Amino acid sequence: MALPQAKQDATEARIAALSLPEGGWAEPARREALARLRAMGLPNARDEYWKFTRPDTLVSAEAPAARVLETDETPLFDSRDRLKLVFVDGVFSAEESDDPSLEGVTIDRLAEAKDIHWAKDLYGVLEARGQDPVARPLAALNTAFATDGLLIHVTGKPSKPISLIYRHVSDTSDAILHHVIKVDAGAEATILENGPAAARFNKCMEVDLAEGGRLHHIRAQGRDHERRAATHVFARLEKESVFKSFTLSVNGAMTRNEVVVEFTGDDAVAHVAGACMGDGDFHHDDTVFVTHDAVNCESRQVFKKVLRNGATGVFQGKILVKPDAQKTDGYQISQSLLLDEDSQFLAKPELEIYADDVACSHGSTSGAIDEDGLFYLRARGVPRGTAEDLLTIAFIAEAVQEVEDESLQEDLVERVAGWLARRRG
Amino acid sequence: MAAFEDVTVKEGVDQETVDAVKSVGTYKHGWETDIEMEYAPKGLTPDIVRLISEKNEEPQWMTDWRLQAYERWLQKKEPDWAMVDYPEIDFQEQYYYARPKSMMEKPKSLDEVDPKLLETYEKLGIPLKEQMILAGVEGAEAMPADGRNSDRKVAVDAVFDSVSVGTTFQAELKKAGVIFCSISEAIREHPELVKKYLGSVVPVSDNFYATLNSAVFSDGSFVYVPPGVRCPMELSTYFRINAENTGQFERTLIIADKGSYVSYLEGCTAPQRDTAQLHAAVVEIIVEEDAEVKYSTVQNWYPGNEEGKGGIYNFVTKRADCRGDRAKVMWTQVETGSAVTWKYPSCILRGNESQGEFYSIAITNNHQQADTGTKMIHLGKDTRSRIVSKGISAGVAQNTYRGLVSMHPKAKNSRNYTQCDSLLIGDKCGAHTVPYIEVKNNSSRVEHEATTSKVDDDQLFYCRQRGMDEEEAVALVVNGFCRDVLQALPMEFAMEAQQLVAISLEGSVG
Repeated sequence: MALPQAKQDATEARIAALSLPEGGWAEPARREALARLRAMGLPNARDEYWKFTRPDTLVSAEAPAARVLETDETPLFDSRDRLKLVFVDGVFSAEESDDPSLEGVTIDRLAEAKDIHWAKDLYGVLEARGQDPVARPLAALNTAFATDGLLIHVTGKPSKPISLIYRHVSDTSDAILHHVIKVDAGAEATILENGPAAARFNKCMEVDLAEGGRLHHIRAQGRDHERRAATHVFARLEKESVFKSFTLSVNGAMTRNEVVVEFTGDDAVAHVAGACMGDGDFHHDDTVFVTHDAVNCESRQVFKKVLRNGATGVFQGKILVKPDAQKTDGYQISQSLLLDEDSQFLAKPELEIYADDVACSHGSTSGAIDEDGLFYLRARGVPRGTAEDLLTIAFIAEAVQEVEDESLQEDLVERVAGWLARRRG
Repeated sequence: MAAFEDVTVKEGVDQETVDAVKSVGTYKHGWETDIEMEYAPKGLTPDIVRLISEKNEEPQWMTDWRLQAYERWLQKKEPDWAMVDYPEIDFQEQYYYARPKSMMEKPKSLDEVDPKLLETYEKLGIPLKEQMILAGVEGAEAMPADGRNSDRKVAVDAVFDSVSVGTTFQAELKKAGVIFCSISEAIREHPELVKKYLGSVVPVSDNFYATLNSAVFSDGSFVYVPPGVRCPMELSTYFRINAENTGQFERTLIIADKGSYVSYLEGCTAPQRDTAQLHAAVVEIIVEEDAEVKYSTVQNWYPGNEEGKGGIYNFVTKRADCRGDRAKVMWTQVETGSAVTWKYPSCILRGNESQGEFYSIAITNNHQQADTGTKMIHLGKDTRSRIVSKGISAGVAQNTYRGLVSMHPKAKNSRNYTQCDSLLIGDKCGAHTVPYIEVKNNSSRVEHEATTSKVDDDQLFYCRQRGMDEEEAVALVVNGFCRDVLQALPMEFAMEAQQLVAISLEGSVG
């Protein structure tokens, strides 16, 4: 079917502002992705999948400017032993990064890796699989035009987390990064991501987990107030593999995080969780799509949003259970805490189920701080502000607890507490 | 079920059991009435619209209203977002108007109605004789006499294809000030009310099917309950499609004025045919200050045969507008029939402290597809809504709950609770949940819960251990699963609904 003219024009305008990196093993995949993008067209406000989030600033030919936030806050994860890999406005910085050699993992740069074979089989492949049944044009755009990114092959159990640090220095940067992570059978790694990346950031991460592989993904999206981001994670899980992904978002003018999980092997586990704290001109959208196409897999989606001062939180989650994906255990919860009258929460928690021996459930709630809880704490001498903060942190906790490492949990909670303290300031 | 005819009854199995099993599982209302019909020519043109209007002896403003709707319909696209899949409908291959020849002269009273028509309704268990106390439930005669209140009366408006056959208890209702008649009669007799309210809840161009209905609706029911009146009896409309290749497009308008109360029941059946038939209805309810309307439906259109041949395509727009403060509306539906169901009875909670409730059981078996749910639009302060939806899917059927709960910024201190559960029987069917939740203020609370599961093995085992066969056990578990909704039904329907739950699932186990 031909695209509406306006959509086609907008898509071509965006394509014209970019150049497709030529040469190397990735070029065929990039060209295919460009064809996919042209067939789908970039999203606009009329698309059902973008009902709650206006995509215009994410798809415009030119990125809206975003000031860099001056802050004396210590970046998250700074105190831990990790392998630091730094991107400045979307460009890998070898000077600021550690030497990437670490036992149990090989790391290459997308912009430099000319003849990598393993990544060739994955680059754009999982993204393409994730285009059905719902189109994700921004991910296809990413595959076609990504200028940098990392190709991470986890072969064993690296001794420390691999930490991707994004720094935003130019008010007008428009970065497109594409990472590919392949976890071999029985291998296990932790990927940390933090920082605001760019004025506008389009990131795609493809994760392929072989039998028994495990990947922990913990991300904190930087708190630059004006930054915009559209991110995608595509994960494919083979037999008995485990994928756990948690995202903390603190501010940012516009964020759309899509996570697409596909179970292709039996007995695998995927947990996708997120917490966001939004204030003022803040729009945050978590869109998750989990496809169960194997037996006895477990998926969990836990999303919590704290919103104030006119902020908007969006959750679109779906569990699709294909025929024969028996014994599926699917769980999904999305909750929002609205700290004042002006904020809003928009949700579409979906189930689509074609197998009968399954237990799937979802819940969604929205409301203000519990007055009874508040009264209880105040009756015990806790000042109102502190009591509200305590209840807010307790509200976020269910999502943070999806992170396995307890010391990381503490760091994340501290971040939330800092956000609350600044609001009281 | 033909196999039962020559079955040898095993020793130890009494004939009663065989008969009981025989009676379930077949669509009971699949017979047709052999009656001479008068059709409008096939297809849809402005002339057909005018013809329908003329047949109903409508004033010019009504004809214009219809023609305007027709023009709007031409520009509309059939919606494709629902999870239903059916062959393209050729809207020019339908008859838009069919009435029994004997209805050409409007009967002045029920005594003049063609006995064949009366017989049809009698066979369906619908009492069209006023002296009969309620027998609206099949098998009611088997009920112990002391089991029901002998004063209970139900006024019935019976719609046969495109026309209303008759409305009972009109005189008695009139005494209370209640107007209950067919919509065509209301257009003639009470134009001021119709003009004021028709299309005010479901605008002419609301959606493809509502627009189509606005152009070609032929009959339906009209209810007006004046201020402060508690309607002395339950009102009921029974829709019967009989003619082949004929669409039924009924229009119902219910107005509950300040402080009034009415309970309205709706039932529907159709003969068994190989070709699919179209049914596109619009129901509008206006609830003023302190008024309350209960609207209950048992939808039992012909669902098509086991291979998915035939059946009714049911595209219905139902909406209630709680205009005044403390207005209350309650939708209860049991959806067991139709090949395709596309239906979202909704509530606009405009008045402060108004309340909307939606209770639904949707059962799909064989090749049936249902995409149904509700919209609760909270506009006023302190408004409350509750949604309980139970979807049951068997065979190769698809069952979708689709709903919207919207809390507008001004709907302070409002409350919604939604529970939708799906049950899958067999591994070829599907159950889906597509809720939209939009919360735009923080003093309101919205809670949504949904689960999907199969019939619990432990519960089945428990029942079977006590001597039930598997089918009986499943029916019992399913009835338990639906209990929340069944309890919300008026007594007349609860019985029938319980039986329907069992019937629709017959043959789905094993």
